[in-house]
Amino acid sequence: MEFLRPASWPEALSLKAENPEAVPIAGGTDLMVELNFDKRRPPAILDLGRITELTEWSEVDGVVWLGAAVPYQRIITELADRLPGLAMAARTVGSPQIRNRGTVGGNLGSASPAGDAHPPLLAADAVVEVASVRGARTIPVSEFFLGVKRAALAEDELIRAVRQPVADGPQQFSKVGTRNAMVIAVCSFALALHPARGTVGTGIGSAAPTPRRAPAAEALLAGELDWQQPKPLPEGLVIRFGELVAAAAAPIDDVRGSAAYRRHALAVLARRTLAWTWQDYRSGRWSRCA
Amino acid sequence: MRVNLTVNGEPRQADDVWPGESLLYVLRERLGLPGSKNACEQGECGSCTVYLDDTPVCACLVAAGQAEGRAVRTVEGLATEEDLDPVQQAFVEAGAVQCGFCTPGLIVATHDLVRRNAKPTDPEIREALAGNLCRCTGYEKILDAVRLAAARREEAR
Repeated sequence: MEFLRPASWPEALSLKAENPEAVPIAGGTDLMVELNFDKRRPPAILDLGRITELTEWSEVDGVVWLGAAVPYQRIITELADRLPGLAMAARTVGSPQIRNRGTVGGNLGSASPAGDAHPPLLAADAVVEVASVRGARTIPVSEFFLGVKRAALAEDELIRAVRQPVADGPQQFSKVGTRNAMVIAVCSFALALHPARGTVGTGIGSAAPTPRRAPAAEALLAGELDWQQPKPLPEGLVIRFGELVAAAAAPIDDVRGSAAYRRHALAVLARRTLAWTWQDYRSGRWSRCA
Repeated sequence: MRVNLTVNGEPRQADDVWPGESLLYVLRERLGLPGSKNACEQGECGSCTVYLDDTPVCACLVAAGQAEGRAVRTVEGLATEEDLDPVQQAFVEAGAVQCGFCTPGLIVATHDLVRRNAKPTDPEIREALAGNLCRCTGYEKILDAVRLAAARREEAR
């Protein structure tokens, strides 16, 4: 096994092109477990830890450029106002030690159906910026996941950043786990309201082969919510929203929960997050300085 | 491969490091620092918690090569020649130690908490220690120790 240590992004891309089997490592919270348990023996590891630009973020024209290797802890402390849904999800990742190391780039690269960052990225229309020696391109998060632990990355490509619009309305993330900390999601759900466009975004986690949106549920709310004169939500609308979110999932029975439980729980999470975000919208509490 | 790093303030070098090896293995097996414990090797138990460039991490989840040129502080680096660190002293006095296996990780996690948060509430203590498992104390005395360490630190300010 080789340990490749590029000092710059162009060098990282060259090394990845020359060693397509090389596995990138940032926080290591996923890959090191596989190495420690002898489940994976890649011919090379590509350490992205020296590339400082990957650990930076910036905001330009209302869009946050989030370097792939910014740890979750910094998303919580530095970006909760701009990316509230992602920051909420980051707070549910592992322990402080894990949040100090784990990154959104790593979460995307692993492409687990249960990745905590994925639902809020989906709900907020994030795009993934990837690059290779052939050039850079962007992939909408909704097109990024191809299957269980399979992402739309060519073998010479690396994830550079995520670009996500600054929240233009309330966002929420909610997760069901068997305890409050250090737990992989049994299922999770993210909701983002976009009052300016009159739309909403959703993201379902841990309840299908890939993280996915619930388009019918989104369309329902886009057609029914009165953004100009926001009144309390009709109960029927909230219930229907939950049903459509649950219907968009394709969960399995596994050790963490049954498919039926996941569907039921998703409907509950959908109803709750809708109630919370709409309440925030009605009271104006979603503003960035809140 | 060779890895150069600073451990507890001293430059150290580890040779013949396998590229997939963890920082924890380097610390324990190559540098003779067994304070950080090797238990779950998947970041669940926190018993290998060390500071990496002043940030608490699970040493089992850091590839040794990622520590090149960086500073590591282990539980061995908290006490001075003469005195225990106040957090260690609080754990001793509160009887927060039984078999001791989880203690080094809990000490480092607590050390980080009390320097960041002068008056942690119980929920904040629980959240800060959520990555550290203990299978024998029942945690109550650990919580007492953290409260004691925080109170003493606040008094000393």
